[in-house]
Amino acid sequence: MPAKNGAEIVAEAINNGTLPTPYNTKGVAGRSLELVVVDESTGTAKQVTEFRALAERREVDAVVGYLVAGSCLAVAPVADELKMLTFFSTCSTPRIFEENDFKYVYRTSAHLTPDGVTAARYLLKRMPNVKTIAGLNWNMAYGQDAWRDFRMSVQALKPDVEAINEQFTTFGGGQYGAEISALLTKRPTVLHTAFAGGDFEAFVVQMTARGLHQNIQMVMTAGAGSMFRLLDKLPDGAIIEDRGPYSVFARPTPLGNWFRTTYEQRHGITPPYTAYHMGQAVLAFKIAADKASKGGAKPAPEEIGRALEQLKFDAFGTTVHMSRSRGHQAVTESAIGVYKFDKAKNAPTVVDVTYYPADCVNPPDGMKGEAWIKGGFKGARCD
Amino acid sequence: MATLAFIVADGIIYASWLLIVAVGMTLVYGVMRVLNVAHGSLYALGAYTAATMVGAWFQRGYAPLGSLALLLAAALVVGLVMGLILELGLLRFLHGRDEVVVVLATYATFLILEDVIQLIWGVEARPAPQPYSLLGTTSVGPLLLNNYDLALIALALLIGGLSWWGLTRTISGKLLLAVIFDREMAEACGINVRRVFLVTFLIGSVLGALGGASTAPMISVSRGLGVDVIVLAFAVVVVGGLGSIPGALLGATVIGLSRAAAVHLLPQAEVFAIYLIMTLVLIVRPYGLLGHERLRKV
Amino acid sequence: MRAPDRTVVALVMAFVVLVAAGFFLPSWAVSLLVVSLARGIVALGLMVQFRSGLVSFGQALFFAVGGYAVGLIALKLRVTDVILLPLVGVAAATLLGVALGFLMRRYREIFFAMLSLGFSMLFYGLLVKTETLGSTDGFNVPTPTVFGLRLSVLATRTLLYDLTVASAVGVALGVHWYLGTILGRLDTALRDNEVRVEYLGYAPARVIHVQYVLGAALAGGAGALTALAVGHIDPSMAYWTTSGELVFVTILSGTGSVIAPFLGSLVFGLIQTFALQYAPSIWQMILGVALLAIILYFPGGLWSALERSRVRA
Repeated sequence: MPAKNGAEIVAEAINNGTLPTPYNTKGVAGRSLELVVVDESTGTAKQVTEFRALAERREVDAVVGYLVAGSCLAVAPVADELKMLTFFSTCSTPRIFEENDFKYVYRTSAHLTPDGVTAARYLLKRMPNVKTIAGLNWNMAYGQDAWRDFRMSVQALKPDVEAINEQFTTFGGGQYGAEISALLTKRPTVLHTAFAGGDFEAFVVQMTARGLHQNIQMVMTAGAGSMFRLLDKLPDGAIIEDRGPYSVFARPTPLGNWFRTTYEQRHGITPPYTAYHMGQAVLAFKIAADKASKGGAKPAPEEIGRALEQLKFDAFGTTVHMSRSRGHQAVTESAIGVYKFDKAKNAPTVVDVTYYPADCVNPPDGMKGEAWIKGGFKGARCD
Repeated sequence: MATLAFIVADGIIYASWLLIVAVGMTLVYGVMRVLNVAHGSLYALGAYTAATMVGAWFQRGYAPLGSLALLLAAALVVGLVMGLILELGLLRFLHGRDEVVVVLATYATFLILEDVIQLIWGVEARPAPQPYSLLGTTSVGPLLLNNYDLALIALALLIGGLSWWGLTRTISGKLLLAVIFDREMAEACGINVRRVFLVTFLIGSVLGALGGASTAPMISVSRGLGVDVIVLAFAVVVVGGLGSIPGALLGATVIGLSRAAAVHLLPQAEVFAIYLIMTLVLIVRPYGLLGHERLRKV
Repeated sequence: MRAPDRTVVALVMAFVVLVAAGFFLPSWAVSLLVVSLARGIVALGLMVQFRSGLVSFGQALFFAVGGYAVGLIALKLRVTDVILLPLVGVAAATLLGVALGFLMRRYREIFFAMLSLGFSMLFYGLLVKTETLGSTDGFNVPTPTVFGLRLSVLATRTLLYDLTVASAVGVALGVHWYLGTILGRLDTALRDNEVRVEYLGYAPARVIHVQYVLGAALAGGAGALTALAVGHIDPSMAYWTTSGELVFVTILSGTGSVIAPFLGSLVFGLIQTFALQYAPSIWQMILGVALLAIILYFPGGLWSALERSRVRA
């Protein structure tokens, strides 16, 4: 839903020509955009049929979206079959382009791997003496990947760190009493969680009530979106990320400020990263289509795609560079900081924010994340 | 040793929560032979209503302790209103139909309510954590426990005790048992079965909503809340024996302890623990731990 | 000479029409038909059980087993033959069905439903825990081949469609014949009174076991076809909501004819697709209302509604 809101704001502004410069030309390649919305929560098999329906029955020019990794994996081959230009906005799994080459499929946000790498680098800079780490994550591909990336990164940077407790819970579980007790007894130096949304908030409420955060450094790689709801219930000092430089981490450029204020005015809340991801995907479509269009003719999907490959463009959170997997996969810088609740203003803030360049936290082109981390981040450029 | 203490403590807390969530389902099944999938929706509705009310309560700056009473009020309102709608508007027309068909009708209700909830509250998560830390903490040796969790244990025992006492020690409870035993015979003896059903379903609905309302402060109420709870409640009810309240107590305890043990000793098994217990119990005791075999009639 | 059976005639005609239509329909319709027909095959198996008063809330187990069997064999053993793969799905599900059937046949009513639910959720947990198979994200199934040849995308799709149509019509004919045999006629008797069936000299447990294995085989084959058609499998195939959907279709269809499950499944697919298009935020509600209306007003399912209108006409 925030993703839909993000898409709507950007699409409207494109049609009215009210995006900040340099994107203030009206429409996409001179044409106005029409949004067709489909619910993603129907299961994978149904998504594939819906994708075909979008392509054929409703004759859309491009499909933009998808949060769920399973949908992306399933839809990608169909997109190629139907020659349908497809921009994935989020779906965090790195597997899409690691396992296959797709011609018509692009992802305009970074995948999951930089989250773990960023967290590990930041953590070890602040606490060089970390001895033990533990993880509490969802028992699903996303949670397993997030924990593995983080654990391996920490151990690649400091081989003597021991992972002493790996908790995996059911998605939507909601009850973490036993997990918190287990962590209280194991006493790791650091706890990593890639929880987000309702489960993240449930865990924070339950663990702060029992003082877990007083002795353990929290590393929350996807929790930033919850700070506006949890306010002072989210403990100060937790290391926190938002899947990239979005929301509180977004660069204060004219573009970024425009997106944030417009969204806040319309929906009353700060846009979460899914809204940024989606807005960024719609924007990428406009930029590539404008670039590919010659003399007002409607560009073919292949031309739009080619125009996007290797493109570097300013989006609402940061600069996006389509530089991986033959120009189909984006990388961005990453952002991380420490949570601090501003009592005077009754507002959540993040301090000690650090941005890591894209080439510092993303595997080089053609290399799988796991192998890259294991090999000690060869080719990483961090300055 | 410390681990064992932790397992028992965590297991009992989790079991209390399970019991509060599941007891209404087993009561309704025991009396009406309706396995109510929409119990999950009642849970979700209770949670959302409680979260909204608690949020408003603290925004106005009323006395914090009052929010605990507010949770009960939310459960009562949601349970009574939804219970009346569902029983009079739907279940009444399904008496006498196949048990599994009735399950499906409640499944359809669940689908409808899922979207209703989303239409009312949207997809944003709603935390209402204030009541959760109101009661402070207790440390027992190395254990630091939240008193709210301890209060849940008391609430679970209270609900379990009251239902048992009501069923076996009061006249209306005995009438209820008569209905459970043989509906036609009870009707012939002049018991108003319809009213018994209505009252039972209202109690069951309030209990379902109470499950959600009492959980709301410790979670962040969000989309899809009801789906996972249904299967958990099924598991508790089936392990204990469908329709048996002492069974639900036993089922909740068994599942609570095994999940806690899994989390402490073998975290990889957390996902399996509940279903494994449920399947094993069904294999060994097809009618649950305290269930009774059904008579076969010629 | 006996008059030709109307169901058989209808099925043969449906086969011809569907195969012919396959050449003209757009790919979304073909995809919808394949998924619906496959779901209809599962519902057919459930219908046979339902006639004896048994409802499995865990049929997704066999559906997923069929799908994963295909995915694994295609991925690990590089077997991608379009004829062989569905048979592998059927075989895997049948074997499991035979084994579990020894337990399941002792259960009735809600306990049958619950135990089947338990098994399917265990399998779901197992799949989620298996990181090498992509956990909750699942994995993509390679494109099938025909006798070692890789056909064009369009040809593969048409072939899969025809194969699904043929399987659906084939199993419908088979089940139609089965329901005519003594064994098949026993199921409604079982529903009415099991003890009397015993007195007639039949073993109810054995009848139920046969039905259970039949249901498993059908679900396995359908899972295999769905996996090939969608090109992707993930653990949600085994989750209880999938089972719920399958039972939903069975009730929606009714038990009047072997054609009913396919019709019901198609109606379900159409409602879902168009609800998603015109009312994306309340598509679940629309499905729920449809199901409630059927339960309340047409206890015999869509099929009985059809028959009623035919009698009136």
